[in-house]
Amino acid sequence: MLLKQLETDRGGAELLFGSVKEHHVTLPNQSEPWDMKQLLVWIRGNMLKERPELFVQGDTVRPGILVLINDADWELMGELEYELQDKDNVVFISTLHGG
Amino acid sequence: KCVKCKENTTVLIIRAGDAFCRGCFKEYFIHKFRAMLGKNRVIFPGEKVLLAVSGGPASSSMLSQVQEGLSRDAPKKLRFVPGIIYIDEGGASGQSMEERKRAVAQLESVFRATNYHYHIVHLEQVLSLPSSVLEAGSSATGKPPTGSSYKAAVDHLIPTRKNQNQHPDLSVENAQSHLSNLSMQEVQNGVTSPITPEHTQALKRLFASVRTPTAKEDLLHTLRQHLILHTARTQGYTKVMMGDSCSRLAIKLLSNISLGRGASLATDTGFSDPRHGDVVIVRPMRDYSSKEIAYYNRMFDIPSVFIPGLDSKAQDKASIQRLTESFVTKLQTDFPSTVSTIYRTSEKLHTACPPQNTNTQLSAKCLLCVCALDTKLEEFSAYQATLISEQLSQRRGQGHSSGGGQSQGCETGDGGCCSSAKSTVDLKSLLCYSCRLTIKDMTALDALPQYILSEAERRRSQMREEISEFLLDEEEDEAIPRVNGS
Repeated sequence: MLLKQLETDRGGAELLFGSVKEHHVTLPNQSEPWDMKQLLVWIRGNMLKERPELFVQGDTVRPGILVLINDADWELMGELEYELQDKDNVVFISTLHGG
Repeated sequence: KCVKCKENTTVLIIRAGDAFCRGCFKEYFIHKFRAMLGKNRVIFPGEKVLLAVSGGPASSSMLSQVQEGLSRDAPKKLRFVPGIIYIDEGGASGQSMEERKRAVAQLESVFRATNYHYHIVHLEQVLSLPSSVLEAGSSATGKPPTGSSYKAAVDHLIPTRKNQNQHPDLSVENAQSHLSNLSMQEVQNGVTSPITPEHTQALKRLFASVRTPTAKEDLLHTLRQHLILHTARTQGYTKVMMGDSCSRLAIKLLSNISLGRGASLATDTGFSDPRHGDVVIVRPMRDYSSKEIAYYNRMFDIPSVFIPGLDSKAQDKASIQRLTESFVTKLQTDFPSTVSTIYRTSEKLHTACPPQNTNTQLSAKCLLCVCALDTKLEEFSAYQATLISEQLSQRRGQGHSSGGGQSQGCETGDGGCCSSAKSTVDLKSLLCYSCRLTIKDMTALDALPQYILSEAERRRSQMREEISEFLLDEEEDEAIPRVNGS
């Protein structure tokens, strides 16, 4: 059971999540550790209230959405390959005009 | 590991591979703002500067940088008198009054924390603007401010500070405290300006009469500029700071080309925009990418309020602006130097003629966007080519619609709707190419705010006066549309 804190912060990304900015999620157990790619799939299936194409595109987030893992750029952590740890804090910030 | 201090752990990658640690990033960010202002010496000490804050990350970041810059004790601290303006566009984007009030309240608490004088302006107020807004004022100083006069102005302040006299400093600080004393009562005036539901309805009608989202955004931008300009003029601000980031300006550059605004690219995306004459618009955030701003705001808790606008949750292909944004952003992920390349190119753009051209007649400026008119029909110009192809394609279309009687070809001046056709034609000749396209997308020109229509009428009559001595026979002129309409 991995406890995560997900924030969709400012820039309008929260509009796609029912205008809730902070989410505490517990990911179901599985044998291999969760990585960001799987997390995105999980978010798309379980948390996105509307317009998934405005958040996720293909395998990764839509261009223009920044991802911070524990307040550090996810590019430094390996982007999609990063393996999630317990109590990780993931923040999605949208820099786009159109939400 | 950090590229600058080489010791701390990195938290952020900027551009194509520079990794910074938290402390170095903060320094870098703050330094860039001051360097931008220092490099382009247009803001003089003691000047009143209006900060246009939309609540979004870039303008909120700009606000915090201004606070940061004004608060330092170093002798090189920024010295100007800031004010804040926020434009509530909820009337155009379809928000309810409660939502708008909530957003305004949130922003007000942010503004109050800065202790700067602030103005909350509703977009509905655009309906009651005076037509003087559309006139370019003359600049405050007769000649363009040179580097030496700037240096002299700053030097003047430094020695007196050493002497502990602090008279010039005192005047700046006095002005600030005076303003904040006033702010309590004037804030009342700024905030509780009455907007009636009729105003909101009129505004909604205006935007509903615009057919395409592209034109809606363009019109919104124009009206917003007018409101800011009017506030700046009436409240005595000589400079306006806009929070356009590098990424936004790169997108704006490309979409402006697609909108037909190629002639005014330099002023639309450059650091300073002198088109209004007495009020100069500057863009100090133009060196920051959206990523840098978003990270800074997040890491250092800069308050910003997200307010959904006209284009929130819009499809990628909804408007030219949206499409360009999606294009640039996508390209940027694979080629991280996209935005900076566009930005460098825009830096090389300069206006051909000096902006202080007081000899240009009023009629040589576009009615809406106040840029120089670019629609002189020169031989073999691209504009002439578009006109010719427009005429050719309409001639074929007229064969079909002449029987119906309700043709939409109002631009040619034919058809049953003579009066609105005339006003379309009248307005078009006063606009630049791109504003003409925006107007073309509007179904009801009388929904435009009064100040635009009356200024258009005034310019038309002025033009008529100027050419009246050359007209042989006035009756002959008026007979022609009647002949065509029968």
